[in-house]
Parts: sequence; structure tokens; C-alpha cells
Amino acid sequence: MDEIKSKIKTMIDANNVVLFMKGTPDSPQCGFSMAVTNILKHLQVKFEGVNVLESNEMRQGIKDYTDWPTIPQLYVKGEFIGGCDIVKEMFEKGELKKLFESKSLLS
Amino acid sequence: MPLTKNEISDMILSAFPDATLELKDTMGDNNHFEAKIISKNFVGKSKIEQHKMVYKALKGKMGNELHALALTTEEKNG
Repeated sequence: MDEIKSKIKTMIDANNVVLFMKGTPDSPQCGFSMAVTNILKHLQVKFEGVNVLESNEMRQGIKDYTDWPTIPQLYVKGEFIGGCDIVKEMFEKGELKKLFESKSLLS
Repeated sequence: MPLTKNEISDMILSAFPDATLELKDTMGDNNHFEAKIISKNFVGKSKIEQHKMVYKALKGKMGNELHALALTTEEKNG
């Protein structure tokens, strides 16, 4: 368990934007993961997708790490931003774009 | 066994007795729900904390027996 925790920490520290999702950014396997992927693509923000379906350990590990029961989960600069509902709401209110802008993540 | 709409509603209302709750079975399959919860309990909390409070009220069912619950939470003022 500690091993998966440090693996997750390394991933979110090494990448500005990380999405833990079902499937891959090019081929999401769940509607909620697809919704968040589409938002990130729309904002043209570069992100690293981690497919939790490839590893049961990762699928459970990320839920424990964040204390959050569902996938997808979005991390920006090491900070948990939210799941699908929160990301969608922030996007609709323009807050997500502002967040990325404030961290200089939009080209 | 998936949760029924009534069970979900009971769990939410027992944790947030003052809440205004709109709960929809979005696909009519007893498996995909949408909830809008307005409660005083959310005042001063971040969205992440608010959603965590709801997940806690569902006692570990979220992500397991309860496959999908789209959440909107709002603070009730006054």
C-alpha cells in the first residue's frame, strides 16, 4: 500500500496536470472520465492520463490516497481539484480556465 | 444489490436534516442518479469537503453499490 502511495505521489509531483481515469485520454472507458477528458482537451491543457483499469492496486490506491470514492480524479500541481461533478461545475463557471491560467498551464 | 432511490434519499436526509433535496434516477435504471442538495451544513466548506460529506452520509456505498451519483451541492443561507 505504501508503495502505491509513493507511486501516486511521484506521478502528481512530476506532472502539472494528472487525470486518474478509466481508459486513456484517446479512448475513455466511462462517461465521467470522458467528460473530464473532453473539458481538458477543450481548454487545450496538457495532461497525463493514468488508466486505473490497468491496475486494481492503482484503482483502489487513488481512492484511498484522496479519500474520494470515485474515478475520475483531477490533480493540478499536486493538488486534488475534484471529481467529474466539481470539474464540470468549475468549467461551466469559468473557474477551471482561471485556475490553469493562474498556474501558467495554458499555451 | 443497487440502492433504491428511497434508500439514497433517506441516507442523505438523515445526514442533512435541513436539506432541500432533488434526486433523479436519470436513466430509469436504478443505477444512475443525480442529486442536488442544498443545506446549511455546507456553509464555509469547499466543494471537495461538501462532496466528501455527502459520500460519508452514503456510508461507503458510493463507488460500490451505488455506481453513479452526479452531485451538486449548495449552501443554504439564512
